[in-house]
Amino acid sequence: MKSLEELRAIRAKMQGKVGVRAENENQIRVVVGMATCGIASGARPVLTALSDAVQEQNLSEKICVTQTGCIGLCQYEPIVEVLEPGKEKVTYVKMTPEKALEVLRLHLLGGQVVTKYTLGAAQNSL
Amino acid sequence: MMPEISLNILDVAENSVRAKAALIEITVSVKTKEDTLTVIIRDDGCGMTADQVKRAQDPFFTTRTTRIVGLGLAFFKQAAESTGGTFSIDSEKGIGTIVKAVFILSHIDRMPLGDISSTIHTLVVFNEQIDFKYTYEYDDKSFSLDTREMREMLGDEISFMEPEVSLFIWEYLDNNKQETDGGADI
Repeated sequence: MKSLEELRAIRAKMQGKVGVRAENENQIRVVVGMATCGIASGARPVLTALSDAVQEQNLSEKICVTQTGCIGLCQYEPIVEVLEPGKEKVTYVKMTPEKALEVLRLHLLGGQVVTKYTLGAAQNSL
Repeated sequence: MMPEISLNILDVAENSVRAKAALIEITVSVKTKEDTLTVIIRDDGCGMTADQVKRAQDPFFTTRTTRIVGLGLAFFKQAAESTGGTFSIDSEKGIGTIVKAVFILSHIDRMPLGDISSTIHTLVVFNEQIDFKYTYEYDDKSFSLDTREMREMLGDEISFMEPEVSLFIWEYLDNNKQETDGGADI
């Protein structure tokens, strides 16, 4: 069995290396809907993929991944909202881990909204 | 409908988060001899009145305002009862809530437990302000994860979201589950 004692070693190793997690005002907020509708449609792996990628690529200063309840657009779940200071909110719908990582790369890092995955695009194609 | 029991657990535990619980205890217990899989989610959140408990099991009841249906508990109840199992909610206003679902393990309609380690990992890492105690039992074996013990060893400064800590939590859950149930297909 793995023991929680290993956390002591992690703590010792990280001593002094932990930066202050200031919520700076320029941070991009990425919100994943995690109510019944989101979870049933596959939001858990989307949330994990985004948060893992942000941690692995050391982006937590720039991007903050959080969860929320039902956004009210259940038929479009899993939904990922991107809230960037000074810009209009972008709502991505029917996300998968792969699409979410594409959004991370092109939009959050590249600054280009991935229009084909947005709510607007999904509504227009009806 | 949820495809896995573990996703029902994630969903129902989110109710405890919204009920402003300080401690959420989740137990998953597999008893092969008794042919049961039992899930207990206990919180010390705001609780419900007897009337709210009754309505909580009604799919057309929810406290949220973004939509008019609340399927979470109804899904969980149906999933358990469709295997010949049982479902109960005990709640007291101001004290907390206990949700218990018993599934008949061998029933053809029992959905798989699914990725329970990811569910617990998601709950623990994304709700750092809440304490969790998770216990997994398989016949006579068991293991648990208590975030209060984790905090004691890790200190207050280091976030569970730090990649090393997050990875450790996942490995702890996954490895210990394997050792507890011997990799049984549940």
